[in-house]
Amino acid sequence: MPGSGYKGAQIDDVDHFLKGGGIDTEREQDIGQHIGYRYDVNLLPDYDRLTPFLKDYLEFMGWDDLNWLEDVHMGYDDGQAAVFDRNINGWVAIPEEMELPDNQQDRDMIAREMLIKFQMSPDHPLVDLYKAYRKF
Amino acid sequence: MAGMSESTSTQMGMHTEPLTGRDIKTKFTLENEGGFAYHFARDVDFNRRAEIDCAELEPTEINRQIRDLMDSGHGSIVIRNPGAKHSLVVGILNRMNIIVEGSLGYFGCGLLDGPTVRISGRVGWSFGENMMAGVCVVEENAGSTFGAALRGGDLVCKGSVGSRTGIDQKGGTILIGGDTGAFSGFMMQRGRIVVCGNAGKNLGDSMYDGTIYVGGDIRDLGVDAVQAELTDLDRAWLTRKLNMYELLPTQGVGHFTKIVAGKQLWSYDNLEPTEKKLVL
Repeated sequence: MPGSGYKGAQIDDVDHFLKGGGIDTEREQDIGQHIGYRYDVNLLPDYDRLTPFLKDYLEFMGWDDLNWLEDVHMGYDDGQAAVFDRNINGWVAIPEEMELPDNQQDRDMIAREMLIKFQMSPDHPLVDLYKAYRKF
Repeated sequence: MAGMSESTSTQMGMHTEPLTGRDIKTKFTLENEGGFAYHFARDVDFNRRAEIDCAELEPTEINRQIRDLMDSGHGSIVIRNPGAKHSLVVGILNRMNIIVEGSLGYFGCGLLDGPTVRISGRVGWSFGENMMAGVCVVEENAGSTFGAALRGGDLVCKGSVGSRTGIDQKGGTILIGGDTGAFSGFMMQRGRIVVCGNAGKNLGDSMYDGTIYVGGDIRDLGVDAVQAELTDLDRAWLTRKLNMYELLPTQGVGHFTKIVAGKQLWSYDNLEPTEKKLVL
């Protein structure tokens, strides 16, 4: 899968981080656990794979492309598919029962959609933080 | 402790606790599904337009008036006579259209998350600092540290920018129609910088990750910045992105140079002294 590099190495199997322990590099072997960010942060989106939800979101925001979502990818944390939410500085796990597509580009689109739904929810931790710390 | 008993560090007695599991973990469920805007965002209509004349106003009052207009549902605001005042149009966490007729001073359009801002003039230092999402387009030139610590969104300067563009960038895209100064992409960690003109010395110095594309000449590369192959995905993305802001060169993007992190600094602490000298 083009662009699915990790720490400079080409990863040929899209499920590499789901199947294995992710202890690949010499450094990871030294410390006995994987080092995070198990995906290629530089992978550019394939706009032919936008989901209907994402198209509606872009129209709502008045943007011509994915904008900040270009930097959102599906990551793999503790052997589970997840997306990193910068607003809580933590991983949001993708439900295990969800069937994942066989390529990283489609997985990234799912991650973007789920992150939007999570961040815009009234249950998101940022709602409470906003009430407590808003400046204006 | 499972899984760690074999590791070198454990054998050496350096630590006994796992590093994983310290971050916040949340599970997505459809029960916490939201809409398209933050729960606390103001409900605005792009078709409701208002103007603010800044000639006699202090920056704090201008920013307060922007928020008042948002509270009353205005989705398009025109800022007249900004007079290059500092810290205008900051901290907006909403979808919005903002048109600035004139120039902004230091720290304009910082901490934005969502709006689309167009500035007809110039901007000073640290424009778009820490922007999370949205679009900012500057029609003329910009000062130093343009897009410092940018997190997301598109930051566009159709003219030239000063030094340290995209310093500490953590995401998003910076597009420059003209030239960029020294140390652009310094300590960049993620995101993309596109320079249609020339780049000054020490481009991408100490960059950890991310990508820099340059259409003109590069004075020289900084520590651990290396040239990479321009792929079809890069070319398609560059063409689309530059077209969006009417910055696409007539000869296309085939001549752009792609710069990425050499990744020699990733495990800097593990290097022997002689190896460190080689990296630097």
